Amino acid sequence: MKTFAESQFPGRLIAVEGLDGSGKSTQIYLLKRWLEAEGIKVYFSEWNSSELVKSATSKGKKRELLTPTTFSLIHATDFADRYERHLVPLLRAGYIVLCDRYIFTAFARDVTRGCPPDWVRGNYSFACAPDLTMFFKADLDVSLNRILEGRPKLKFFEAGMDMRLSNDPYESFKIFQGRILDQYLAMTKEFHFVIIDANQAVEIQQVIVRKLVSDRIDLKKFKRRSPLPLPPALHHQREVPDLEEDKIA
Amino acid sequence: MKHSHRFYGHGIPRVNAADLGGKLIVVEGADGSGRSTQIAELVNWLETSGHATVQVGLKRSTLVSEELERAQEGNVLSRTTLALFYATDFADQLENLILPALKSGFIVLADRYIYTLMARDMVRGMDETWLKNLYGIAPEPDAVFYLSVEPQELVQRNLSKTATLDYWESGMDLGLSRNVFDSFLKYQRAMGDAFRQLEKSYHFDIIDANRSVGSVTKELRKKIGALLEEK
Repeated sequence: MKTFAESQFPGRLIAVEGLDGSGKSTQIYLLKRWLEAEGIKVYFSEWNSSELVKSATSKGKKRELLTPTTFSLIHATDFADRYERHLVPLLRAGYIVLCDRYIFTAFARDVTRGCPPDWVRGNYSFACAPDLTMFFKADLDVSLNRILEGRPKLKFFEAGMDMRLSNDPYESFKIFQGRILDQYLAMTKEFHFVIIDANQAVEIQQVIVRKLVSDRIDLKKFKRRSPLPLPPALHHQREVPDLEEDKIA
Repeated sequence: MKHSHRFYGHGIPRVNAADLGGKLIVVEGADGSGRSTQIAELVNWLETSGHATVQVGLKRSTLVSEELERAQEGNVLSRTTLALFYATDFADQLENLILPALKSGFIVLADRYIYTLMARDMVRGMDETWLKNLYGIAPEPDAVFYLSVEPQELVQRNLSKTATLDYWESGMDLGLSRNVFDSFLKYQRAMGDAFRQLEKSYHFDIIDANRSVGSVTKELRKKIGALLEEK
């Protein structure tokens, strides 16, 4: 699997992976804030967020219609939609794209649910590899506590209840997350994950993340020559508040 | 039953192909090839003879059929996305209808199957190896009848039925021609080529469906009758 750089894309893709509650979303958010402040062309994309596919996914989850196979395929559809419509054009336009979860989330979850690894990987083979993948590795107990403290009610698929691991959602969630972690760890070498110790303080991790990104990517090449139009998903940030003069007029 | 089923590829987690009885019969062909008419005939004939049947087709899943319909109306999905969306629709029907029916010994009649989906995607430039892996979830049917009709004849049949040529069945998204009539002919020829390519890996029984409904029905009954005798 080639990276975007190896595939001659002018842009670069950075992905974060890890269990729910590993703190990866906080870290990638802070990375985005920094890159924006540095005047870099940056775009952020989240797993499972394609508008078109969302209604089918949420229906499937709400009515518990999904099997391991359809769960895998619907997430692949969601990813493909974001990949073809947003990621590829932005990467061709020289953006730094930040992904909160990438194809490795599917590799870990779907295989844990019983899908054959080769089948899942084959389905995602249209996608290039990230130029940098950071894996946020927290102790299983730390991740579990973060999730279970903040959100006492676990959703059916999130808790892996479809796998009939336990009738107790909390117990099921723990077993499920443990198995996903095993899958991630088994992939570390193959996909060149950079492991970040997610048991450390947020600030310490962010220093490591920023250092890693600036070492790996020549950031000054990705500076915005302002004013460039922003991609659609960021438009709301460009809305300029009414000027006092306009109001008076 | 003498003939047990097998999956083309990886199959479905926790489903053993050896547990699948019944018969899976697929009818493939373009719009206007007489597929639906023939399937209605077959269901009638089979049920009268005491066989339980289940019918499946494309874009009929509970999970994604509405969303797929909506996405197609806007023609906004890219090719990989559309391919995977259709695969989701197929997988949902496979697990909720086809596999349970086969386990119960039913005769499943599929109004198109993975081959149409693969051919459509191939015409749109998707990689055949990628598609074969994706659809490795499908069980191999007991028979696949491809109703072959000349594109010129398809035009006549579609126009006499609806006085219009369907946007997708004309492959208008491909930009083969701005003219629907020319696009339809080009697209149906390309689909025919894709089916011939797929025939190298999958076995199709090609039926000349340029003939009358009655003579096609007769041929299908004869072949399916023989298949049911095999028990």
